[in-house]
Amino acid sequence: MPGLQGVLVHAVQDAPPTDASLGLYKMNCQTVLRILGIKHLFGGIFRWKRGEWFIMFMKFRWFGTLALLLSVFYSGCGDDSLLVEVDGSSTVYPITEAVAEEFQKENPTFRVTVGISGTGGGFKQFGRGETDVTNASRPIKPSEVELCKKNGIEYIELPVAFDGLAITVNPENDWVDYMTVAELKKLWEPEAQGKILYWNQIRPDWPSKKISLAGPGPDSGSYDYFTKAVCGEEGASRGDFIASENDNVLVQAVARDDYTLGVFGLAYYEANREILKLVPIDDGKMDNGDGAIAPSLETVKNATYQPLSRPIFIYVSKQSADRPEVEKFVEFYLQQAKTLTEEAEYIPLPEETYQLILRRFQNRVTGSVFGGKGSTLGVSIDDVLRGDIN
Amino acid sequence: MISRTQLQRLLARQRRNDRIFQIVAAIGVLIALITLGALIVDALIDGVPRLSWKFLTSYLSRFPAEAGIFAALLGSMYVIALTALISVPLGVGAAIYLEEYTNRSSRISRIIEINVANLAGVPSIIYGILGLGLFVRIMRLDKSLLAGALTLALLVLPIVIISAREAIRSVPPSIREAAYALGASRWQAISHHVLPMAFPGILTGVILAISRAVGETAPLIMIGALMFVTHPPEGLLKPFTVLPIQIYNWVDRPQKEFLTNAAAGIVVLLAVTLLLNALAIFLRNRYQTQYS
Repeated sequence: MPGLQGVLVHAVQDAPPTDASLGLYKMNCQTVLRILGIKHLFGGIFRWKRGEWFIMFMKFRWFGTLALLLSVFYSGCGDDSLLVEVDGSSTVYPITEAVAEEFQKENPTFRVTVGISGTGGGFKQFGRGETDVTNASRPIKPSEVELCKKNGIEYIELPVAFDGLAITVNPENDWVDYMTVAELKKLWEPEAQGKILYWNQIRPDWPSKKISLAGPGPDSGSYDYFTKAVCGEEGASRGDFIASENDNVLVQAVARDDYTLGVFGLAYYEANREILKLVPIDDGKMDNGDGAIAPSLETVKNATYQPLSRPIFIYVSKQSADRPEVEKFVEFYLQQAKTLTEEAEYIPLPEETYQLILRRFQNRVTGSVFGGKGSTLGVSIDDVLRGDIN
Repeated sequence: MISRTQLQRLLARQRRNDRIFQIVAAIGVLIALITLGALIVDALIDGVPRLSWKFLTSYLSRFPAEAGIFAALLGSMYVIALTALISVPLGVGAAIYLEEYTNRSSRISRIIEINVANLAGVPSIIYGILGLGLFVRIMRLDKSLLAGALTLALLVLPIVIISAREAIRSVPPSIREAAYALGASRWQAISHHVLPMAFPGILTGVILAISRAVGETAPLIMIGALMFVTHPPEGLLKPFTVLPIQIYNWVDRPQKEFLTNAAAGIVVLLAVTLLLNALAIFLRNRYQTQYS
């Protein structure tokens, strides 16, 4: 190998004349390589002179390439069949995460990944067949139904819990005792942008201080639901507020400023009780209880906290559900949902409802109870039940 | 003619300006140092008590006390190794071509040079968008280890090219001329002489590029790697998670205990980056030679 000899001579000549390099010079190429090999075994890499690195590289390049190709081939051939891919709403994430963790503890050969792209982002991937299950904090929308149809994805809609959207202010805020839905609308509707800027514009006896707003960002199901519930139409909202798909950002926004009003999931209020103040909401209707009602596990469960309580869902692709790991995961989900939902500070459905939903999954009932119309207001547990029986 | 007093005043003024400039420069250094110090101390105070062997070797969990970074740490290592495997041959190849095979003053090579330098300054999220479109969607690699590594490889490629070019350029022309004089072909001159001599410089550049890739979050979030993944990647086309994403994910949590976990994760990430940088400095000092 004349090439290697050249490198060697060069390396030796350029290095400072230590004993080692003089010794190297005297040896022939084969011996050097052998010794280098031994050196390599003993981890003497850092004692190498400049150039010796290169010899090692040249010596092992074919071996390295072969190993690389083999590993690519090997891993490329690995079977994907034991992986369940979930993505979607950040609101449902804590429950699905808990289920995924427990599921993998019981079935160590299965893998579950859970992403957070928001309800809308989740449905986009689900509709393309990229995920097996998607988390959703509102029912599927017409455009998403269309996408699923185009790609031949049939979906099974499974309610997993109830959640309330909490309206919160800073604990220093002593003037807000309750708010009506009409006041919320006045504050959040598109026409309010740039006009409703002070607290006393909502109610005259409130201070004339600038109000700042923090609420769910447009990619989240909570945004769709909140705008539908308050302004009457999905997506109808002012744009000049702190918007985030990440509820924790909103919690911080309210906790740091006396004049901020925030909207986010009840579970996030429960986790940050001491730095937030809850605002009871009056929907102006009598049938679900009179006056202003604060969200709590109780009022969301018995559907008196309206219109800001809603069911949350997972959607399972029918094609994926035929794979044993997806089937097992969803069944495990519905069996464990009650305990894990409570643990994640959400409101579980009644035990019998989970049984009905499990049956719905086992019978592979596709389509949406809500007719694929997106956010639907005033859905109580009864409605969910009825949807399942039909 | 200037009088003696005028001269003295002039000198005094210049001395004063000197002093002012020195102070301004010192403030610059201090600000950088204090920021870094505050950052490290803050992370250390929050994070070190949480660090333990168990933290390093347990899988992800929804309970802060049980959660560990094993999957993320291994994921980071896999991603980094793959990124290096992809970007180094490409980057060094490009550098050799640009330095040794093209006429450096030609228009095309100048255009390429400017573009490579520009690419090095493109925000990392842009690479994420490219990775999402190209690797995840068009090449259908999904949110896999390979897609992440390819995206990061694209991100560090300009840095590798620039540093490799510099290393190759620092090999004196006399070496090449001597090789040619002895009848070596161009490739022989490059592979036997230029590359071995430039190797330490290239290595340093590669390690610095890699330590940048270790800390990148935005492009990986863009390709959809923000996931709950409990296990280290089990193949090139399998889902993965890395340290910065794990930290990002923990900071998002409402429970305060996760913030401690995040701080501990930051300490580990800092340690990894520092180790890589130390390795770069060590290698540079070890193999640096002066040509005269």
